[in-house]
Amino acid sequence: MSPLVRRRLGRVALNSAGVAVLLFAIFPVYWMVATAFKPTDEIFSTEFQPIPLNPTLDHVERVFTKGVAGHSIWTYLFNSAVVALGAVLIGAVIALLAATAVARFRFKLRTSFLILLLIVQMVPAEALLLPLFLMVRRLGLYDQLLGLIVINVGLTLPFSVWMLRTFVAAVPKDLEEAAWIDGAGRWATFWKVLFPLVAPGLVATSIFSFITAWNEFVFALTLLDDPAKFTMPRALQFFIGLRSTDWGAIMAASTLMTIPVLVFFLLVQRRMVSGLVAGAVKG
Amino acid sequence: MAPTPTIARGGGSSSAPPRGARPRPPRRRGLPAWVIPYAFLLPGVLVIAALLLYPIAQMVQMSFQEVGLRQFRARNPLPAEFVGTENYRQVFESELFWSSLRNTMLFALVAVALTLVFGTLVGLLLQRLGPKMSTTVVVGIMAAWAVPPASQAVIWKWLFDADAGVVNWALNLLPDWLSRLVFGRAEWSGEPWLNDPLPIYTVLTVAVVWASFPFIAVSVLAGLKSIPSELYEAARVDGSTGFRTFRAITFPLLRPVFSVLIVLSIIWDFKVFTQLFLLAGGTNMPREAYNLSLWSYVEAFSSPPDMGLGAAIAVVLTVILLLITFVYVRQIVKSEDVR
Repeated sequence: MSPLVRRRLGRVALNSAGVAVLLFAIFPVYWMVATAFKPTDEIFSTEFQPIPLNPTLDHVERVFTKGVAGHSIWTYLFNSAVVALGAVLIGAVIALLAATAVARFRFKLRTSFLILLLIVQMVPAEALLLPLFLMVRRLGLYDQLLGLIVINVGLTLPFSVWMLRTFVAAVPKDLEEAAWIDGAGRWATFWKVLFPLVAPGLVATSIFSFITAWNEFVFALTLLDDPAKFTMPRALQFFIGLRSTDWGAIMAASTLMTIPVLVFFLLVQRRMVSGLVAGAVKG
Repeated sequence: MAPTPTIARGGGSSSAPPRGARPRPPRRRGLPAWVIPYAFLLPGVLVIAALLLYPIAQMVQMSFQEVGLRQFRARNPLPAEFVGTENYRQVFESELFWSSLRNTMLFALVAVALTLVFGTLVGLLLQRLGPKMSTTVVVGIMAAWAVPPASQAVIWKWLFDADAGVVNWALNLLPDWLSRLVFGRAEWSGEPWLNDPLPIYTVLTVAVVWASFPFIAVSVLAGLKSIPSELYEAARVDGSTGFRTFRAITFPLLRPVFSVLIVLSIIWDFKVFTQLFLLAGGTNMPREAYNLSLWSYVEAFSSPPDMGLGAAIAVVLTVILLLITFVYVRQIVKSEDVR
């Protein structure tokens, strides 16, 4: 074999492997969407039907009008959005302040705080579940979205601070010092100089928190009992228990839950990797 | 580069060398400078204390108490009763503890190994693909990564459906002799996957590997891009190829990345709950298929609730996880400027 042929063959092999990986990754997602658009007899056909032959909006319409678990899926999408956005808005302010503190100041407890952040991120949600369940009940927040919002702030905060501090640290300190020397007060320096420059990082961090809160299942399962208050994952779980074979509607609901995350994911993918393995690459 | 207001309180301050001759900002009114970082930190610390630290303390306390129906009834609830190590005795004497521990450990081991090997291979592949193909594959695997855990569970539940599932259909396509040789059966129609522990964990492993290999692949790719290409050229000139180059250059340079990825994967797979819960039918799943997370949940919340026992199981799980976390924290502290 000439080197040229061998190189070509190598290219073909690599690209085939790439296509195989792509198919493995994409097919389940495609299958979810395809099932959502298939008429029921095609869904249950024992023959493999790669493409919906007679695509239908029946299932999508059904989850909007008749709904899953007794309410239109709008209710659950709305509840999920309230929980995720609420957690993001509260969390962003708190995280920005804390990230500024650790990235801009040297103080005695700084290292202890950073190590604390790392450790609490690793505590399993199940460990917090029982005490938080009792706390929420005591405060009268059982079956309330507010309870879930507060808990999601707690769940997302450590990582938000951890990720955001690298963005704050990346803003050149000279800018703030210049503003400071020109006589700007502390708040003016913070809002007019630091904040605009950190904003893109804040958006990336907020998207990450949004996804975490949007996907959160364990607490929604434990703290919500009234179907009118369900978030999407909780509604999906309830619906599967109720009508385990209505795959068209299940996949339609699942698709609707996935779309926002998918969009956000593609927006922040690079930052997420750098945030998660923070610093390890520098080694 | 001196940090703006450098505050070193207490003992060490006198030995600190004087900072450079930077013009000092004029004195302002308002809070003294050393208070500012603590003021900024306060809301965050309060949230972490109230929502993470206090609950952990509560959980440990509950694990030594009897917290059940009598503590929850609306009329005249009893105060939680201290029972010493009774809950822990129950945990360690239960057969469910050993099966849950085995399920947790074995699953984490297999899922982490498969995810890392497959993810690393894909990362290496991505680096060698052309730019267009590489971008396409990255976007594709991001899609798998983005699927919420609850959706992952229903998708794979559907793919592994006994009658209309794609997996059983595909297994039926295998030539009978091959299917018999590998799986000991030729007929797959109607084969249920989610009734017994072993098939349940097989499906769970596939679902979890599918959802988590993209993160490994993209991280490994990011790491690979940070390795100077001169090293590879030098290796090629010296006649090194393939696996040897990986062992001599790639792996040692990516070791810090790998150690973080391994620990993160172990932590994620150790406490897998959502996917297992939804795949196996929630609290109706066979008891032998519980992992520690699920067992803790079932004891604490299905009737009759025994929150003390649930808390004791959660404590055991947390202790195991914190031991693993210790490695991760040390690695981060070593490689980052946490100091």
